Amino acid sequence: MRGTSRSSPARAAAEPSDDALLDRLQRAAFDYFLQTVNPRNGLIADTTRDGAPSSIAVVGFALSAYPIGVEHGWIERADAVERSLAVLRFFSDSDQSGSPDSTGYRGFYFHFLDMRSGTRAWLSEVSLIDTGFLMAGVLTAAAYFGAETPAETELRRLADALYRRVDWRWAQRDGSAVMHGWKPECGFLHYGWEGYSEAILLYVLGLGSPTHPLTEQSFRAWTVTYQWENLYGYDFLYAGPLFIHQFSHAWIDFRGIRDSFMREKDCDYFENSRRATCVQREYATRNPRSFKSYGPDCWGLSAGEGPSAPPRLVAGRRQAFYGYAARGVPYGPDDGTIAGSSVLSSLVFAPEIALPALRNLVARGPTDAGDLVRSSGFNPTVGEAGPTGWISQGAFGLDQGMIVLMIENYRSGLLWRLGRSNPHLRSGLRRAGFRGGWL
Amino acid sequence: MLPLHPPIQQPVEGPYDRELCDNLRPPDWRNPRPREPYHLLVIGAGPAGLVAARRAAALGAKVALIERRLLGGGSLNYGSVPSKTLIRSSRLYAEMRDAANFGVTPPENIRVDFAMAMERMRRIRTRISRVDSAARLAAEGIDVFFGTARFTSGDAVDVDGASLRFKKAMVATGSRSRLPSIPGLAEAGYLTNETVFDLTALPASLLVIGGGPLGCELAQAFCRFGSRTVITHDVPLFLPKEERDAAQMVAEALARDGVEIHLNTKAVNVRVEGGKKCIETLNDGNVATISVDQILTGIGRVPAVDELDLEAAGVAYDAETGIRIDDFLRTTNRRIYAAGDVCLEHQFTDAADAAARIVVQNALFLGRKRVSALTIPWCTYTDPEIAHVGIYVKEARERGIPVMTYTVPMHDVDRAIADGEEDGFVKIHVRQGTDTILGATVVARHAGEMINGISLAMVAGIGLRTVARVIHTYPTQAEAIRKAAHACTRTRLSPFAAWLMRKWVNR
Repeated sequence: MRGTSRSSPARAAAEPSDDALLDRLQRAAFDYFLQTVNPRNGLIADTTRDGAPSSIAVVGFALSAYPIGVEHGWIERADAVERSLAVLRFFSDSDQSGSPDSTGYRGFYFHFLDMRSGTRAWLSEVSLIDTGFLMAGVLTAAAYFGAETPAETELRRLADALYRRVDWRWAQRDGSAVMHGWKPECGFLHYGWEGYSEAILLYVLGLGSPTHPLTEQSFRAWTVTYQWENLYGYDFLYAGPLFIHQFSHAWIDFRGIRDSFMREKDCDYFENSRRATCVQREYATRNPRSFKSYGPDCWGLSAGEGPSAPPRLVAGRRQAFYGYAARGVPYGPDDGTIAGSSVLSSLVFAPEIALPALRNLVARGPTDAGDLVRSSGFNPTVGEAGPTGWISQGAFGLDQGMIVLMIENYRSGLLWRLGRSNPHLRSGLRRAGFRGGWL
Repeated sequence: MLPLHPPIQQPVEGPYDRELCDNLRPPDWRNPRPREPYHLLVIGAGPAGLVAARRAAALGAKVALIERRLLGGGSLNYGSVPSKTLIRSSRLYAEMRDAANFGVTPPENIRVDFAMAMERMRRIRTRISRVDSAARLAAEGIDVFFGTARFTSGDAVDVDGASLRFKKAMVATGSRSRLPSIPGLAEAGYLTNETVFDLTALPASLLVIGGGPLGCELAQAFCRFGSRTVITHDVPLFLPKEERDAAQMVAEALARDGVEIHLNTKAVNVRVEGGKKCIETLNDGNVATISVDQILTGIGRVPAVDELDLEAAGVAYDAETGIRIDDFLRTTNRRIYAAGDVCLEHQFTDAADAAARIVVQNALFLGRKRVSALTIPWCTYTDPEIAHVGIYVKEARERGIPVMTYTVPMHDVDRAIADGEEDGFVKIHVRQGTDTILGATVVARHAGEMINGISLAMVAGIGLRTVARVIHTYPTQAEAIRKAAHACTRTRLSPFAAWLMRKWVNR
């Protein structure tokens, strides 16, 4: 296995190998999907907290995680198929009228759904990016469960129909970039996608649609907002939070394939994420706001939960705390909160710096269960909560999903293999201008 | 006579506004007898008009300068100058507030004397007005007319009954606040940048409608003075014209000061209840009400083209974009030019000044200077400031220009760390594979000062690698520019050259 452990000899004997550690963390994250499911409709809760609705993005991660569970023998194949079928049937039969208490509209779905009824929760929006994550899961399930059994045949049929039903073109503003969302109360939300983000997955899925594809112009309109920057000695396509550099890579193997932007820069999105990871480490080493614990082996500013404490003085500066936020480098927001799971999701890109960081975070946690890595966020600067500082309670589905998928890509590349075999993703990538490598 | 600018209409008791009037609109002024025809007739005595009139007169031309309200225009009277003086007071307050972080114990109760801060603003405005007084301009040989100019033909204007003929003319009437059409706003009353500087008492609460540069500057200043301050902006992006990182950083700075920012929020109507102005807002279908003492509208500027009878002179214009000009600043009447906010996309004092110089050259001396050749920097004077020059990355990419950006966070600059002014960055955009500077954005406490070095390099055609050879005084915050230049030099080293150098030192 790659990487080495840097712990003291005294504890080394008790420490598992990298492989064993990753297996344990991945298994624990996988269990999230078994614990938070409503078996009647297959929906998965957004978080483990009381009253949490389902998030369609988390459902997408669950659909992608089941094949991994089968591969590792954590669940039976028939069980995985049954779980997948339950949720595909639910979405298939759901109310697509777009009324305020429906489930979706034009093949897209509300971001949050009631766990029991499956109708819109929290007055949420019909979300494009979250439908994207859901569809990535739908296509992954269809690609994995390829047996000619009645159940798996039905699964593939439903998956294909759900993907074909998404009217991507409708969400294109003036024929160019894609909108963020839509609400029955006010129509499209006018936040455009600007700058590099996880939306690359959304564009690839939308461009690959055989029924309602985005125009190729949409991808150009979006990538025109990219910024290629030299920061801390690294040249990269800039985005502050780590998750932006990670989410699309859960399903798409970007190694060696390039769109016109990456050809111009002699780079690819995978290498770009590696550099973004190094930039994070550089930032944490500089630690400009002098937060506790930041350093070469403690980094990972990304989306996650942090403390909602009142402002306080930190190193001569009035520091606010942002609760759940997308934190990023080098401009923040940064309140001393690390999203531990973003370190695990960095393994595929930069194992030589991610493994030492992982070991450090595991060693620092209050128990040996990897609390700091699995929690949505922790903040050693807000120290009164305990010896390791503030830790987000419970678990968040997105984090657990990314842990399961990205550890798997690191260990076996299963999700990438499934993605490479998917004709819709291939077509979407080609229409976005990707060439070379496995494509 | 037309209604006068409020400071004159309602003079604050005190010497400063009286002197301001004496300088910029003397009560006993008598317009001179026209000396016809004028080589250059200038309508509007703001930054563009003053520069053109002075420059032309100094070069021996017969010049008329016509002003409807106050010499100095918006910049001096209700724009750059008064806002910057208030910002200075607000920065001082912020520094005192944070003094303990620097090892200095502030007084227990830091009190803002708003009336005194406003009086200081008036004093400074008046002081600056001395150099642009009507008497001085007359002494420089310029015929100064107060009144409303209307074109009567392609070569003549009427100023309150007097006819002035010209060989060449320049329209520089500037711009005025754009008023939002919100039901009830007019009845409830509101401030614009033209009236906000007349306040003598701090409003307990203030709503700024529109998140433009001046609105953001004043929101931060008033918030620091102690007003509960709210910004509503009907688009989802804060400072939408700026780079996202820059805007985000300033949004956070404002939030830290306590400014409430409501993006994607439209003010739909205003009513008065119990002496408060209640503004109903709409955000993605959600209705809310904000209750404040004062409303400031800051939603942009419209060119001042009314009442000029431009049609009589054959000058084409648009109510939104102003007077139509070509690249030589000529209007559709070849005798008539325009400069400043009335015709330019970049509505800044410095741009107006530069355009006026072009007009004098082109109108009087057969010049062929182009406005498109100007390199115009601009700055939003929030704390930290955002300054920009040249092209934005998005514009470059739209034009198919490959761009490389060299970024230096201020937290990598020793002096910024020492000063406790680490919020910000320098980003210099060059054409990929070269060191040609296409543009730059600086966010820093003194970004407006720092950008000038980059503008200089751009205008002089100096590449970023040459900038790297310029020794910048250490430690200064402008060293961030040198660091960006050094990063450019490093990446210019080809792998082969790097290999050769390694071989050489290890020989």
